[in-house]
This record gives sequence, C-alpha cells and structure tokens, in this order.
Amino acid sequence: MPASSTDAVGRAPTASWAVLQRWDTTLPVWIAAALLLVFLIVLPLGSIFRASLWDETGFSLGRYLEVFTNAVFLKAIWNTVVISFWVGVISVVVGALLAWLVTRTDLPWKKPIRALVMASFVTPPFLGAFAWTLLAGPNAGALNKFYRSLTGAEDALFNIFTMPGLIFVMALYSFPYVFSMVANVCELISSDLEDAAEILGANKWQTAWTVTMPLALPALVGGFILAFLHSLSLFGAPAILGLPAGIHTITTQIWALFQYPPRLDMAAAFSVPLLLATMVLIALQKKILGRRGFSTVGGKGGQKRLIRFGWGRVPVLLLVLGILSLSVFLPYWILLKAALSNAWAMPLTWDNFTLKNFSFAFFEYGDTQRAIYNTFKLGILTATIGTLVATLIAYITNRNLFRGARYLTFFALAPLVIPGIVLAVGLFIAYTRPPLVLYGTIWILFVAYLTKEMPIGFSQAESTFKSIHPELEDASRIIGANRLLSLKDVTVPLARSGLIAAWSFIFIGVIRELSASILLFSPASKVVSVVIFDLKEEGQVGVISVLGILLLVASFAVILAMQWFAGRDVVATRE
Amino acid sequence: MRKSLTFLLFTLSVATACAAFAQDAALIQAARKEGKVVWHTSLALPSSTAIAHYFQNKYKGIEVEVHRNGSQRVLQRFMQETSAGIKNADLIHTSDAGHFVLLKDKELLLQYTPKGVESFPAGFKDKNGFYFGMRATLSVIAHNPKIVPEKDAPNSWKDLLNSKWNGKMVSAHPGYSGIIMTHVLALVNLYGWEYFRDLARNKLHLVQSANDPAGIVASGERPVGVNGAEYFYYKTLKQGNPIKIVYPKEGVPLVVSPVAIAKDAPHPNAAKLFTEFIFAKESQQLLADKEGLYTGHPEVTYPADKPKLKDLKLLPADPDELEKRNAEIKKRFVEFFGA
Repeated sequence: MPASSTDAVGRAPTASWAVLQRWDTTLPVWIAAALLLVFLIVLPLGSIFRASLWDETGFSLGRYLEVFTNAVFLKAIWNTVVISFWVGVISVVVGALLAWLVTRTDLPWKKPIRALVMASFVTPPFLGAFAWTLLAGPNAGALNKFYRSLTGAEDALFNIFTMPGLIFVMALYSFPYVFSMVANVCELISSDLEDAAEILGANKWQTAWTVTMPLALPALVGGFILAFLHSLSLFGAPAILGLPAGIHTITTQIWALFQYPPRLDMAAAFSVPLLLATMVLIALQKKILGRRGFSTVGGKGGQKRLIRFGWGRVPVLLLVLGILSLSVFLPYWILLKAALSNAWAMPLTWDNFTLKNFSFAFFEYGDTQRAIYNTFKLGILTATIGTLVATLIAYITNRNLFRGARYLTFFALAPLVIPGIVLAVGLFIAYTRPPLVLYGTIWILFVAYLTKEMPIGFSQAESTFKSIHPELEDASRIIGANRLLSLKDVTVPLARSGLIAAWSFIFIGVIRELSASILLFSPASKVVSVVIFDLKEEGQVGVISVLGILLLVASFAVILAMQWFAGRDVVATRE
Repeated sequence: MRKSLTFLLFTLSVATACAAFAQDAALIQAARKEGKVVWHTSLALPSSTAIAHYFQNKYKGIEVEVHRNGSQRVLQRFMQETSAGIKNADLIHTSDAGHFVLLKDKELLLQYTPKGVESFPAGFKDKNGFYFGMRATLSVIAHNPKIVPEKDAPNSWKDLLNSKWNGKMVSAHPGYSGIIMTHVLALVNLYGWEYFRDLARNKLHLVQSANDPAGIVASGERPVGVNGAEYFYYKTLKQGNPIKIVYPKEGVPLVVSPVAIAKDAPHPNAAKLFTEFIFAKESQQLLADKEGLYTGHPEVTYPADKPKLKDLKLLPADPDELEKRNAEIKKRFVEFFGA
C-alpha cells in the first residue's frame, strides 16, 4: 500500500524556491499532467453516475431501486460479500503465517519462498482458476482422479465448482497482498518486546500470539481489507468457477448486463454499490493503518532476532511449500501438461504428446497473433507513459509545485477504489459516442489501463522521490537548467531503480488485466487475456494453456530484467 | 435447322458461362483489391479457421480475419460496434436464426443471393434474399460409454429428468450459444418450461459454448451431455474420444446457421466472394466431410456413420419465433439454472 503523502518534512519552499518558481517556464507541463489525471478519473465516474440516474425520460432513482429489490441482483451482492469475506480471512491466515515465518524465524530457503509468493502474486487469478478446473474438477480433475485411485473412493475429494472452491482459489491469489503488508511490518518490529515476554516465561507460540500478533494487528486488518477488495473486483475467477455452478457475483452480473440487448444503465447503477463499498473499505483501511499506534515498531533502534525452530524446521518448511504448491507448482504443472497433450485428462505419454496447441496458437489462429501484438504494445505503451505521468504527478505533489497540488494525490490513488469492471462500464459509456469514440480501438484499453495502474506507478514514484532531497535539483537549476531538465538529468537518474520497478509493475498489471478488458475490447482490439476467456467459453483447453504460459513467461522475464537493471531485489517489497 | 439450334444453344451457354466467368473474375479482382474479409462467426474455432485457410488457399492475397465467439456474443459485439458507428464486420454468421430477423429489421444487412442456393430447402433461405443457411447441425444427447454402460444410457429427453443423473450432466447456455437457444425453444415447444424446471433439479454443470460439452463428456468431467452441437460431438468422437451420440426419437432440434453480409461491410466484394465460396458445392461438401456438418445443398453426401436427416424426426425452429422469444428464453433459463 502506498504511504500517505502527509509528511512534508524539510520540503517547505524556501525563499530561493519561491524565486525559482516565479521563473518557471515549465508550468504548462505540470498543469497538463494534473489535468490529464483529473480527466482520467472524473470522466468514467461521471458517466456512471449520469447513466445510472438520467435517461431520455429524465431523472430517476428507479434503477437503484431495482438493484436493491431484484432478487437476482441481491443474490449476486450477497454471494460477493460472502466470498470476499472468506477470501479475506483465509488470505490473512496464510499471508500472515508465511510473512511471520519468513521474517521472524530461522526457516530455511527464505529467498525461494519469497520468490514463490511473488509468483503467486504475478499469476493472473483467471489463469489460476482455469488451472484449478483441470486440477479439481470433481470427476476429471487430476487431483480427484489421483485421490480416487489412491483410496478407491467413488466421491470426489474436492469440487472446485462450488462456493468453497471459488473462495479457495481466489484466496490463493489474494494472500500475497497480505503477505507483503505483514512482512514489511514484521521486518520492523524489534525483538526487545518479544524478549521481555520470553523472560517472563512465555513460550514461542505465546510470544507470537500475545506480543507479535497485536503489534502486527493493524497490518493484519489492513491486509484483510486489501484481500477483501481484491476479491471484490475479480471477474475471471468467479466467471470460470462460479458460473458453471450457477453462482453470480457482482462483477459477473455487470458483465452479463452487457449482453444483447445491453442494459448499460443497469450496469452503471449496479456499479455504484461496488464503488461505494470499495471507497468505505479503503477509507477504513487508511484510518487503521494511518493511526500508527505501534510506536514500538521502530526504524533501526531495536534488534531483530529470529525465533529458532530447531528440528521443527522441516515440517514447517513442508507446510509452506505445500501452500505454495497450491498456488504455483500444481497450476503451472497442469497448464504445461495441458499445453503439451492431445487430451489433457489422459496421462502425458508419447501418443498423447503434441505441439499442435503451440502451432495453432501462434501460427494458425489469427486472433492470437493480433492479441499478442496488442497486449505487448499496450503493456509497453502503458508502462512507459504511465511511469512518465506518475513521475510528473509524484514530482508535483512531492515538491508542491502549485497551490492544491497535494490534492492530486487523491486523484492519483483514486483508481484504487474503482474496480476494473466499474471503470470499464464508465469508459464504455463515455467513449462509445461522439465526440470521442475510442471504442473499437486499442486506445480505450490504453485509457483504462493507464487509469487503473496509476496508483501503483504513483506510489512507487512518490516513495522514491521522498528519498531524494530537492537540494540536488536546486543545484542544477541554479546552474540554469529548467525544472524539467533538472528532473530528467538529476532526479530521475537517482530514482532509477524505483522508476524501473514502477514500469515493470505497470507492465505486468497490464498484460494480465481481464476485468476491464472484457467489456472494452472489440473484435479488432483483442488482448491475450480476453482471447483466453473466449477460448475458455468454448473449452479450448490446450490453446488456453499455451497462452497462459506465454503470459507467465513474459511476466517472469520482466521481473528478472527488472532485478537485473534496477540492481535490487524487488521480490515482495513494499508496493 | 436442328444443327443451328444446337449451335445457337451452344453459343448461348458459352456466352452465359463466359459472362458468368467474367463476372466471377471481376468479383475476384475487386475482392483482391480489398485484400481481406472480416468474418464474425459462431462456427467452432477449429472449423472456422480451417475454412478460412481453404479460402485463403483458393484466393491467394485475400486474408480471412476470423472472429469466433458464441452466437449471442457475436450479435452483442456487432451491435456494440454498430451503436458506436464502427464499421468493421463484413460477414455475420451465427446459429441463432432469430438474429437475422432482427438484423434485417434494423436494416443492417446487405441483400445478396449466392449462386446455387435456389435448390436449397426452404428452411435455409430468407425470402427477401438477405441471409442463407450456410450449415446445419443438430442438438443431441451424448454420453461417455466408458463411464455410462449402454443399458443405463439416457435415450430420450425425458430420461434426463431421472434423479440418478443428479450431478452427472453438463449443459451449454442459450445466453451464449445459438444452437442451445434453438434447442431450448424446440424443447419448450415440445414439453413446456416445466421440462427445464425439472431438468435444473439435477444440478447441471453449466458451460457456455455448445461445443464445450463434447470435451466435458469425453474427459469424464460429466459423463452425460443434455445438449450440444452434434458436429462437434462427432468430431471429438472421430479424434478417438469416448463419446456416444444419441438422436432422441421424440425429435431432434435442427439448427440452421445463416450467414449474411453487413450493409456497411468495409470489404463488400470480398464478402460476396466468400459467400459464393461457402455456398459452392465443393465447400458445402467439405463442411460435411471434414467438419461433420449438415448442409442445405441437395447434392452433398455425408459420412456413412452419420444418420441421414430424412431418417430423423427433426424439430425445426422458426426464425421469427426465435427472435421474439430470445429475451424470454435467456431470462427463464437463468431463473432455473442460476446463471
């Protein structure tokens, strides 16, 4: 989570600043960046409120009334709340446990474990959900078949096409959010207090429970809200696992409202509760984390010592690897197997081995080629322009370039509260009619991605700038460079690794995006995630697996490249 | 006298052939100039890409851009584009004949009659010449013979209501598939909505495409398919998968899938050429041989292991009724099945 931008310690403009500012010829650039940002947020949200309240016949609250009285919609809301709640709970338990083990104990293989958590984070949830249909479909699922052959049982061990199945899979790809929050806090808690507890006679578990846990509580609650929000906004996983069992969530219901004849007004009205819920939760989370009551979490003062497990390290390690095999090893294995076989449910023998899924995906089916091209084009464009805009905005708020600049922080972070599908509803309404018809081109996707990824780019850039003192720029400007030049020649090179990280996070976020793309694509502007979803609806298992592997390989390549270029370890650090 | 008549007839026929040939050549040339044709289709992905490749091999230099999706999604995308003023689609092909009633009403189609369709049965032709059935298939019951013994297998639509199939069946979705839309209408007309209310009690696994049940049945995820595209079951069967197709005696829904040219097609000549191509006998024969489809062409022959249409009791659907009841069918289906 991005830190709030309240601390302006040492940033008060000095007299020389004021003089420089008067001569600032680059002001138009800053204002343009600010206006662009405001425009990106206000237009889609404005469109949603307008479409939900007004139509040709005038103002009406009827659509909201229908949302809260129609049994179908109410059921979808209820399902969403139940699912998100349990996803939050499971994510906190798993995420906090792993974070604690990795930061506070002498568990071996910490680096690989962090890397695997990162892999879970990078895996698109819709891909994970698809893989789990192959692993735990009640009859043909690989794990259920294995269980039957082992026990001779008739019934399945686990049916993934159920509410618990859906919760399970969504939690697998939500817990990394909790992990990174809790790990960051655990790194900072000094061991003095834990020592005190041990001196008083508490054992390791009592210490963890009564001392460490309460200290990490704000992070746990914050993590719960984050996981809850993440699951609230997911579209692919509930569509793949919920719909076959007749379970609708808010996001799948909004998507269904786009089917012909489309009910955009209802989709807009149904988006608003989701939007409000997200806003309330984010505000709550800010409040909890912002209180920072844990003054014991010191910067460098206290010592951090590791809890020793001794011989218990092995079973604990096995438990951790077991959890991560659910989110990484098993899904990746089944995807690879399905990509390489004629019939995915059969053993991978020579007879069953094939490369035709690859040749079909890459050479025969034109849609995939265009989609791969669009996806990478959009990934690179959005990451580049997104980093640029985020850098400019972060610079404005950080150096307080003009009156009201700090309110921009609000706009830069606002997309956090806008679930992808809600953003898409707004953009679709805004950009399918003149004067600006972007629908039908990749640019509507570009606008969506740019908006959606702004918070992550902004918070990366912002935290980087915080660590760079304006003195260095002042020096360059005294020599005669204007503000843009000194930003380019002095600050940006210093902020290099932070900006590379921002670029990479945006790129990965873009190539895996589904929930906004699914409403905004047109046949001429498909992206890989949408093609995967289309193929899923037709049941083309092998081809989906090939494209899924492509997405994963691209994501990991970017992460490795980022670590190489940035020269630092970005795995599971603060996002 | 006779000689001269023969001669006259001969010259006449040569002249018409030449004229036709010249006309074809002109069309081909115009199509080449356009360079591509954008085909929005609900035909299964492997089949539609195969046909695109046949066309591209025959007419080098004209690319077929295949956009495959479920019938209802094809319509949704086309209408979304139209309402935004985007002219991207050349050819629209779905398995919901009702769509073409709607599109014709909204004046979004181009009138064009390909050669040879006069001989097609009435159910394949629009009387105003806006759309023609390019293929047909059936919606059938299927099961996995490795899991379901022959004596227990369901043979009629009503057999599927037996509670012994609870949790063991898969259905595709009328909100996605035109074949299933046609299927639901046919069975509602036969048994009323009570049939689907009772069927839903057996907790079906819901997939979207009418092609998906074939894979689900073959893998054993659900051993019985309560509906689905017969040609795709047949193709999956031919690939060596365990599938048995059942053609219920009470009647089999016949699904005729029309194709039409969009009025604002950006590549109208390529679209006409593609239409000529797809209705030509050799292409129609190809659909039967390679893709397991039925067609309206009277001279096409079918694989020996497929039943003849005239030996089945068919339940044809009326395009006007499909169009009128589209929303009702989607709504009631969701009421019963939950999504």
